[in-house]
Amino acid sequence: MNNLFVYCEIEDGIIGDVSLELLTKGRSLANELKCQMEAVVIGSNLAGIEKQVFPYGVDVLHIADDKRLDPYTTLPHAAILIKLFAAEKPQIALMGATSVGRDLGPRVSSALHSGLTADCTALEIGPHEDKKQGKVYENLLYQIRPAFGGNIVAWIINPDCRPQMATVREGVMKKEILDPNYKGVINNLKVADYVAESDFAISIIERHIEKSKINIKNSPILVSGGYGVGSKEGFDMLFELANTIGAEVGASRAAVDAGFAEHARQVGQTGTTVRPKLYIACGISGQIQHIAGMQESAMIISINNDPDAPINTIADYVINGDVATVIPKMIKYYKNNSK
Amino acid sequence: MCNISKGIITFVAPFFQMKRHAKHLNHSYMSLNILVLAKQVPDTRNVGKDAMTPEGTVNRAALAAIFNPEDLNALEQALRLKDKNPGTTVTVLTMGPFRAAEIIRESLYRGADRGYVLSDRAFAGSDTLATSYALSCAIRKMDKIDLIICGRQAIDGDTAQVGPQVGEKLGMNQITYAEDIQLISKNKVRVKRRIEKGVEILEGPLPMVVTVNGSAPDCRPRNARLLMKYKYARIPNELQAADEDYTKLYSSREFLQIGEWSVNDIVAVPEELGLSGSPTKVKRIESVVFQAKESKTFTDSDTEIEGLIQELISNHTIG
Repeated sequence: MNNLFVYCEIEDGIIGDVSLELLTKGRSLANELKCQMEAVVIGSNLAGIEKQVFPYGVDVLHIADDKRLDPYTTLPHAAILIKLFAAEKPQIALMGATSVGRDLGPRVSSALHSGLTADCTALEIGPHEDKKQGKVYENLLYQIRPAFGGNIVAWIINPDCRPQMATVREGVMKKEILDPNYKGVINNLKVADYVAESDFAISIIERHIEKSKINIKNSPILVSGGYGVGSKEGFDMLFELANTIGAEVGASRAAVDAGFAEHARQVGQTGTTVRPKLYIACGISGQIQHIAGMQESAMIISINNDPDAPINTIADYVINGDVATVIPKMIKYYKNNSK
Repeated sequence: MCNISKGIITFVAPFFQMKRHAKHLNHSYMSLNILVLAKQVPDTRNVGKDAMTPEGTVNRAALAAIFNPEDLNALEQALRLKDKNPGTTVTVLTMGPFRAAEIIRESLYRGADRGYVLSDRAFAGSDTLATSYALSCAIRKMDKIDLIICGRQAIDGDTAQVGPQVGEKLGMNQITYAEDIQLISKNKVRVKRRIEKGVEILEGPLPMVVTVNGSAPDCRPRNARLLMKYKYARIPNELQAADEDYTKLYSSREFLQIGEWSVNDIVAVPEELGLSGSPTKVKRIESVVFQAKESKTFTDSDTEIEGLIQELISNHTIG
């Protein structure tokens, strides 16, 4: 009882990366709390799904398998979690800050009167002292998240209500298998005990899901452009550099808003969090919300004609100059010097 | 179909009449009571240097108060439904300080029919759950609402929680991340929603809560005629500060009265409101400071760039 729960998203029979990242984080939190980690998978045709989650250190896997549960709709998934959580009384419940988790989480937290913190960038365990009430709490979940457009970071806690719920964006936590042979227990839920017919009121008429070809999260090198690149055509040069050195192209929110690049390339708190081996920031001034999404890159090069651009303070190499001048030279000298 | 006998044809005429009649009736049934939830927020997207105090807290006074962007997308969806379904009314509800009446005025200028400001010190310190509870208590006070539309999230917190939580408290269905809402029969809507990797078209019965994505069409601009009409619309609290002429105008033109509700106007359990009704607490806040690094600086000269590239190749960062 009072374990840590992770709701796992599933698309085409594959557990989402964001959920595997949460299982990885959840395992280490559960170890710290000396409790078990339980996972919930809701969908259809789930035979064998445990093979995807047990290696991350899941002790108990709850499965709700019914063809009406896939694709995701709000009420049936919410009904299952609400009833399951009411019975199992988790101390912590985590889900992805995706269009699924952010649709489902608030519904569940409202029904259970529990606190929910959206879009956390870090989760830690720690104590809390409420001086006014003279109460001391041990082992609370610190839900750490940016607020006010990324200008501040807030530590949120839920002292009294359970579960302590949080959503986390994809790419923020690291995904790591604990033990390929880890063995947990399966608990098959009888769907009819959890979901009423009336919960299926909303029907999906059409669904067009594209497998995104752009994958800035997993690229070891990112060439990223900001508003300073100036135009969509200016980005062509970034693609040329990226192709030359085997990189992917990213963009700042300002560049995406200006239409220079597609949203799938956006780096930052409202886009994707990345931690490549090398991040080349081209004409990016470095708004807080952008830096928060790439500061863990192993090496950062900033190309900017403003020597005082905020991003320069976190860069390992700063090139003072115009993107349009510097990039062609980088391409040229890479070609001259490689192999 | 080909063997239509005389008898059937004679039957068809009154059937058509009936259908026309039904269509007429249907028309009046298609009118909706729509409620838009909107929030006044500090403009966190345009943060100046003085937006943070030296102590690292937010200097709210330095940030302009604006109509939450996605709530404007939500208002537009409501107004489009009103355009297509005559007789539909659009009510706007906002919770906040008295100055949030500006949100109602901006909505009236664009075509909303009426608005309410829910304002009380008892709501101070509310997290999303306590906010949703207060809003749901206010909504229960209203005439039957068919459709609640709000922005997906507000730019001060980016939580996207209030819409779904209001839906849960009122026992309504919900669809989030919407880009387009169509009424397809008396009590059914079809909603296009934009999710990470694509689009879904959903259908479901009213009443329902729909949260609207920023990718939905922008809100129409203020209408000049409505701007003239509602320019002096005020909540009672604002009027107390106004001069006498103003009060006269107000009492003779009822449409200038914006509803103002306090905690006494709704039926709510006091412990569920404000700080005591909020499961989440802020333990601490820090301003964001990034770890500055020792950086090497280069010019854009050929020699220096070639030097850098050689260094990156030799330490296996690239190549």
